[in-house]
Amino acid sequence: MPEFKKPGPRPANEALTRPFWEAAQQHRFVVPQCVACDDFFWPPRAACPSCLREAWKWAEVSGRARLYSFTIVRQPANPAFLEGVPYVYALVDLEEGIRMVSNVVDCLLDDLQNEMSLVAMFEEMGDGWTLVKFRPARRQAR
Amino acid sequence: MEQIDSTIRGRTAIVGFAELPTQRTYPGRSTLSLFAEVARDAILDAGMRLAEIDGLITGDSTNSLLVAQTLGLTPRYTASMTLHGANGASAVATAAAAIAAGLATNVLCIFGESRPASSSRLNAEAVARDGGGPRTLASEWEAPYGPVIAANGGYGLMKQRHMFQYGTTQEQFAKCVVDERFNAVENANALWVGDLITIDDVLASRMTNDPLHLLEGVMPCSGANAAIVTSAERARTLPHPPVFILGVGGPVVTNDTMRTSHDITVSPTAIAAPLALAMAGYAPPDIEFVQFYDCYSIYVMMCIEDAGLCPKGEVGGFYQDTDTTYLGTFPINTDGGQIGGGQPTGAGGFRHVVEAARQIMRRGGSRQVPKADLCLVNGNGGIASVVTTLVLGSAATL
Ligand SMILES: [Zn+2]
Repeated sequence: MPEFKKPGPRPANEALTRPFWEAAQQHRFVVPQCVACDDFFWPPRAACPSCLREAWKWAEVSGRARLYSFTIVRQPANPAFLEGVPYVYALVDLEEGIRMVSNVVDCLLDDLQNEMSLVAMFEEMGDGWTLVKFRPARRQAR
Repeated sequence: MEQIDSTIRGRTAIVGFAELPTQRTYPGRSTLSLFAEVARDAILDAGMRLAEIDGLITGDSTNSLLVAQTLGLTPRYTASMTLHGANGASAVATAAAAIAAGLATNVLCIFGESRPASSSRLNAEAVARDGGGPRTLASEWEAPYGPVIAANGGYGLMKQRHMFQYGTTQEQFAKCVVDERFNAVENANALWVGDLITIDDVLASRMTNDPLHLLEGVMPCSGANAAIVTSAERARTLPHPPVFILGVGGPVVTNDTMRTSHDITVSPTAIAAPLALAMAGYAPPDIEFVQFYDCYSIYVMMCIEDAGLCPKGEVGGFYQDTDTTYLGTFPINTDGGQIGGGQPTGAGGFRHVVEAARQIMRRGGSRQVPKADLCLVNGNGGIASVVTTLVLGSAATL
């Protein structure tokens, strides 16, 4: 039985995205923003997809977001995640207008609702990596 | 919409095809061995000789150089597709354009794969997500969040959003699966041949990831398909009734579901299908039956909407009220599609083209649909990333 381990982020272009991961370690949430047209975009890439200019910067965002869509994972591809099932694999809309894959945590499955307000939080995963995840903006009254 | 150039409308036709049965594995046989058999059968079916094949289109599981050299072909036109499930429809579109432009006369389109036993495949996938494998956008921005196997995550997200936006129900999604399985019963090449299931069976199958049931997806399999495309003039001299290529839309590429900020209940079909219909000079109500890429019930269903075959958001009610089997009023995936027939990876999107041709040639046997003159075919690759739509028709539709 091979031993499975939760994978850290494995960038295709480490130099391109290193500032994101370094910011996350400091609990700052940054995303690419074009210097020419001001558009935010995700995921990071060489050029702004709105205008193809390569001049973009890392801009800190509020972390306020809405839950666009979610699926509940019971059988992860990587057995290392089995200890956490069931958990929420989600598409999250940031208020800056970009969407990203993440987990919604600290939320009962029955309380999940499309468009619910979320806020970003940081989760240390060891090995020096910090992931950006999301939790409900307001705890649901139970 | 801008004016569509219909230069290639009806200029080419599918004149022969072959299909190897979809099964889990072909022990002891390589992908190229399957290709040799299915190519031989398709060329024979078209009433041609090997030496007449001067164009070759393949892709993904292998490439056109290797295939040409292995099969002993000397094509003067070739292309390798990397569009996954959209390969089949895209290959026929490319063949039609190449022949109409005079770059080739008889084009062999061929796709398929002989897969290893599934357990080793799944292990390889898990290991890849554990730290090996290529570094991609997914390995950086998805793998750390614990994705599910294969494409289940993306299509689960699409389905969840469709249910939220439009109130589509689990029973309505299950009806799509039940109808496709019914069709597979009459297809000796299908994986699930003989296994009828009910809506309750689908709903009772475990959730791979809520709200997606196991039976709404496909079984990755081995298999191969091939078809021969030639000019309309030549087609009229060959044994089978020609299946004319009347309209082509795509390949249309959009960002995939995991990396977009658009409405994920809308597929690239919304762009590709109107282009294909405009070239063909037909409207959605003219279409008699369809063969639509069906990796999951959600995907065939949202593409039915996007092609204009029912209003956006109403496909749940459409399935509930429509018998979509080969006996029904609007047949969909008459061979069982991939949901009923299995997904021969590498050829998954080509079975839809082959079945459309089979029906239009009136070779559907016990599953032949009575109205089989005009068909819309849809191929999809990636996580709703790329779509090619074809309008195929008999001589009566020219
Ligand atoms: Zn820009």
